[in-house]
Amino acid sequence: MALYEKYPPHDAPHSDVEDIKRRSNYLRGSLTETLADPITGSIPEDDNRLMKHHGSYMQDDRDLRSERAKSKLEPAYQFMLRVRAAGGVVTPNQWLMMDRISHKYGNGTIRLTTRQSFQLHGVIKWNLKKTIQEVNESLLTTLAACGDVNRNVMCNPNPYQSEIHSEVYELASKVSDHLDPHSKAYYEIWLDGEKVTDSQDGAEQEPIYGPVYLPRKFKIGIAVPPSNDVDVFSQDLGFIAIIEDGRLAGFNVSVGGGMGMSHGDPKTYPQVSKVIGFITPEQLIDVAEKTVTIQRDYGDRAIRKHARFKYTLDDRGLEWFIGELTERLGWALQEARPFHFDHNGDRYGWVKGSDGKWHFTLFIQNGRIKDEEGYPLMTGLREIAKVHNGDFRLTANQNLIIGGISSQKKKKIEGLIKEYGLTDGIQYSALRRNSMACVALPTCGLAMAESERYLPTLLDKLEPMLEEAGLRDEDIVIRMTGCPNGCARPALAELSFIGKAPGKYNMYLGGGFTGNRLNKLYKENIGETEILETLGPIFNRYAKERESGEHFGDFVIRAGYVPEVLDGRNFHS
Amino acid sequence: MFLELQVTNSPFNQEQAELLNRLLPTLSESQRLWLSGYLTALGAAVFAPSAAAAPAAVNVQAVSAPVSAASKEVTVLFGSQTDNARGLAKKFAKRLEELGFKVVLSAMSDFKPNALKKVENLLILVSTHGEGEPPDNAISFYEFLHSKRAPELTSLRYSVLALGDMSYEFYCKTGKDFDKRLEELGGKRIVSRADCDVDFEEPAAEWMNAVIASLGEGTPAEASVSVSVAALKTEAGSEYTRSNPFYAEVLENLNLNGRGSDRETRHIELSLEGSNLKYEPGDSLGLYPENHPGLVDELIQAAGWKPEEPVTAGKSGELPLREALLRHYEITVLTKPLLEQAAGLAPESGLKELLAPGREQELRAYAEDRDLLDLVQDYGLTGIPAGDFVKILRKLPARLYSISSSPEAYPDEVHITVRAVRYESQGRNRYGVCSVQLAERIQPGDKVPVYIQHNSNFKLPENRETPVIMIGPGTGVAPFRAFLGEREETGAEGKTWLFYGDQHFSTDFLYQVEWQRWLKDGVLTRLDVAFSRDTDKKVYVQHRMLEKARDLYLWLQEGAAVYVCGDEKRMAHDVHTALTTILEQEGGLSSEEAAEYLTLMQQQKRYQRDVY
Repeated sequence: MALYEKYPPHDAPHSDVEDIKRRSNYLRGSLTETLADPITGSIPEDDNRLMKHHGSYMQDDRDLRSERAKSKLEPAYQFMLRVRAAGGVVTPNQWLMMDRISHKYGNGTIRLTTRQSFQLHGVIKWNLKKTIQEVNESLLTTLAACGDVNRNVMCNPNPYQSEIHSEVYELASKVSDHLDPHSKAYYEIWLDGEKVTDSQDGAEQEPIYGPVYLPRKFKIGIAVPPSNDVDVFSQDLGFIAIIEDGRLAGFNVSVGGGMGMSHGDPKTYPQVSKVIGFITPEQLIDVAEKTVTIQRDYGDRAIRKHARFKYTLDDRGLEWFIGELTERLGWALQEARPFHFDHNGDRYGWVKGSDGKWHFTLFIQNGRIKDEEGYPLMTGLREIAKVHNGDFRLTANQNLIIGGISSQKKKKIEGLIKEYGLTDGIQYSALRRNSMACVALPTCGLAMAESERYLPTLLDKLEPMLEEAGLRDEDIVIRMTGCPNGCARPALAELSFIGKAPGKYNMYLGGGFTGNRLNKLYKENIGETEILETLGPIFNRYAKERESGEHFGDFVIRAGYVPEVLDGRNFHS
Repeated sequence: MFLELQVTNSPFNQEQAELLNRLLPTLSESQRLWLSGYLTALGAAVFAPSAAAAPAAVNVQAVSAPVSAASKEVTVLFGSQTDNARGLAKKFAKRLEELGFKVVLSAMSDFKPNALKKVENLLILVSTHGEGEPPDNAISFYEFLHSKRAPELTSLRYSVLALGDMSYEFYCKTGKDFDKRLEELGGKRIVSRADCDVDFEEPAAEWMNAVIASLGEGTPAEASVSVSVAALKTEAGSEYTRSNPFYAEVLENLNLNGRGSDRETRHIELSLEGSNLKYEPGDSLGLYPENHPGLVDELIQAAGWKPEEPVTAGKSGELPLREALLRHYEITVLTKPLLEQAAGLAPESGLKELLAPGREQELRAYAEDRDLLDLVQDYGLTGIPAGDFVKILRKLPARLYSISSSPEAYPDEVHITVRAVRYESQGRNRYGVCSVQLAERIQPGDKVPVYIQHNSNFKLPENRETPVIMIGPGTGVAPFRAFLGEREETGAEGKTWLFYGDQHFSTDFLYQVEWQRWLKDGVLTRLDVAFSRDTDKKVYVQHRMLEKARDLYLWLQEGAAVYVCGDEKRMAHDVHTALTTILEQEGGLSSEEAAEYLTLMQQQKRYQRDVY
């Protein structure tokens, strides 16, 4: 008997996606057939829903959409492929593999995501299988990188405390493995794995997820204070490492964060998670599994917009959840322990770890790895990967750490960094170094406005204003997304822009510098001119009136531009 | 001798003078006498100004009308790929009937070869295809006549009208072969063979006149005019013909290839409103192009001419040179006769040497991919008066495109699908005359001269339940868009199967969304595609056919009709081989049996090709 039936969640009729999953025979659907259909580069919507669980979804080049329609051609369908590695740590060989397949099958660039994953854009249907095979041959995977399952587990790449990092990283990998879907569909469809027959009869099971998986995606992140780079409060389930006497004592557990919302629907909102207690490292996997199963059983399967874990918690209350969790665990969490975050951005440049190895954090504008005229970033990293014997760590802010460099290799790598002009971003304003944007146009089907392609231009125009106000080196966290789904975690930024329509954005102010507080809508549906006109005076006032050490997000609240938002339920009020 | 009529020494305009100059020297004594009386009796009204634009055939027909030959039988056989020979054969047969001949008119493929022995008078009208090959519906007759089974034909009188294109090496070869073979078999010529270039109508009419005159010799003249001038509008319904094209407005002109493609294929929609032109799926559209202005200007400069100097341009009379070269004369093709005449104009140029016996291969290599500008530059042909030079040029021929629209689906419109031809040769960019004009210099709102070229050899089965297999890679898919549009509009129930191919799926899948819709709606039952540059190994339509050999064979057994459109040299040949293989492999036929099967299909009109 499937677990799903043991815990009936809701009486309301289920959404279409629930039916698709239920009928899919553990994520198979008709993918094998529709992937082979030579008449179209697309797959049907039902299969696309399942495809996400395999780490990919269908997009099209929106720049070409109307042009191709005129030419009587279907849209330029292509697939985004997300390659995950828990904690964002990959070997130089894995880096070289990504570089290779991006040129062979993708659009020749690599996108580092805000969840420490890789994204490859522009893979056409007929190359998907080969691409996924090459990914798996290098021991990375795309499985469960998207879809209604636990996503890539994030983890602070901490180059400072090397022992702590390795301990936390190991746990991140373990919890990630533990929550992987068990369906053999992935192996059958992509890796020529043996077909599992009669899986309908229970030969195949998802011990954690059940046959319909989760009501919605589920995100886990582990932070190591004082850095909140993983934005632990944005996660469905967060763990905050508690370090006592230089050793990992355990984790505070936080639950119910999430970024997504829909424009014009106040019942949807971003939320920050709440800390509910402390656990020891050994208890982490158990807590993660039980939390996931609670969401599996009680999450809303009728309305997808209301299906994230944050709504389950807000609807039923934290007390209910703690009770349910305690019952399933068979033991209670300890009282939360004190911790302190300084920032949620990255610290760039060279750092020596406690194990004597060196780490270099590169500034990557919006996470895009590509060669540009005058900046051969992609080539430089390829050359480094060829000689590097440490690792590469993708940060939660779309940057990259060349990690674990031995003293002997440091000179060589330093030489390559210089030769290719790779930058820690020191020449940029602090605003730019603290910027993030989602991909948006032209590939993302959800985008309502530009993001990755526009934010650098907007920054070009903001920087002279900051310069004039004397704020060039002031860390201000700025984020932009092309839609309100929140891939760049915009609701936590001190200054953010969420796309409404081409060239139009909602502007938000007042997020916490450490990612602890949501921001608030300040101006709705404005274009570039109004953005600049609005921000100029605020920057100037901030420069003049700020208190010592006062962050921009705190200042705009004190100055009365926006009220403080500590709970997502007040985000729209 | 006849006085050469000119505008200056006669009451006729340029065109009339030209026609008369051509006609008068061919007349026999009795014909001249008859004509003189006829004109007197008829009065001047018949040749009132409005009749001046009527085609040459009108006059000739009236002239040759009063031949009585009730006792004579004439067999008219045609072999036709694009329907030109068929159209002429029908027209001439009608004329012969009106003159009282007993006429048997037949496509060569429908004619029983054994009946040949009984034929007294045989007229053959045949085109030549590709590399000197007979058209599809002439193949079996051609092979029979050239085989050992061919009978002695000592009592046969015959004449051949050969259609061709002088820019091809094997110009009018099929006609020449028939002519020679019939002689070998003992036949006597009624009149000598006439070879017609792309502008065939006038020489064909002359041949017919000569034939009629010869057949009628010895019979008493009767002063009866059975055909009135007014009844001679050749095509039913419309006054617009090949020689009187309709200026159709361009409604749409867009590129079907996606960004990044090596190819550019124009989808052009034209309005036929007010023309009364009718067509069916499978027919072609003839379009008179203009030469590339850049090439014309370079040529004028290289030859040392002046753009404004007046030259004669056939029916158009006198035109400034630049206009004449743009619109009237062919300047992109070097033919052997052209080179010979050019050598005559410039005896010291060294061209003569190139034309010397034994250097044919060199000559061929030179003429290939070169144009008039090359010739002028390479052989220093400067200083020849433009007026003399244009006399050796061929009239710019119309281009034929398979129509890609169904008139049921798009009333009053006609669509064509044209791939722009661009390449480099001898260090210079070359442009397909018509395709690049359409791609670069024609916008919606412009008007282009067009006519309908009917093609009875490429028609959907009459029975709408007959399954249809269509093989059309690249622009060869054009008529199948018309086919499916027609089947959709008429609600035909037969199964349909399309094989399509090109270089890249993402950019070269012509009319992709339309096939997808037809697949979804069931108008198209199956679609198999081959994109040659998307995989390591090049795959073409014939590979897809072989992959689906079993199903394809079953369709054939169910009576499916097979249509092939597109490139002849490679594709159509490979597809034919694939069909043979499928018959051998799936049907257990020997290679001879497979060939017979396909020949039978051709005779039953179940295997039709529109290849070029």
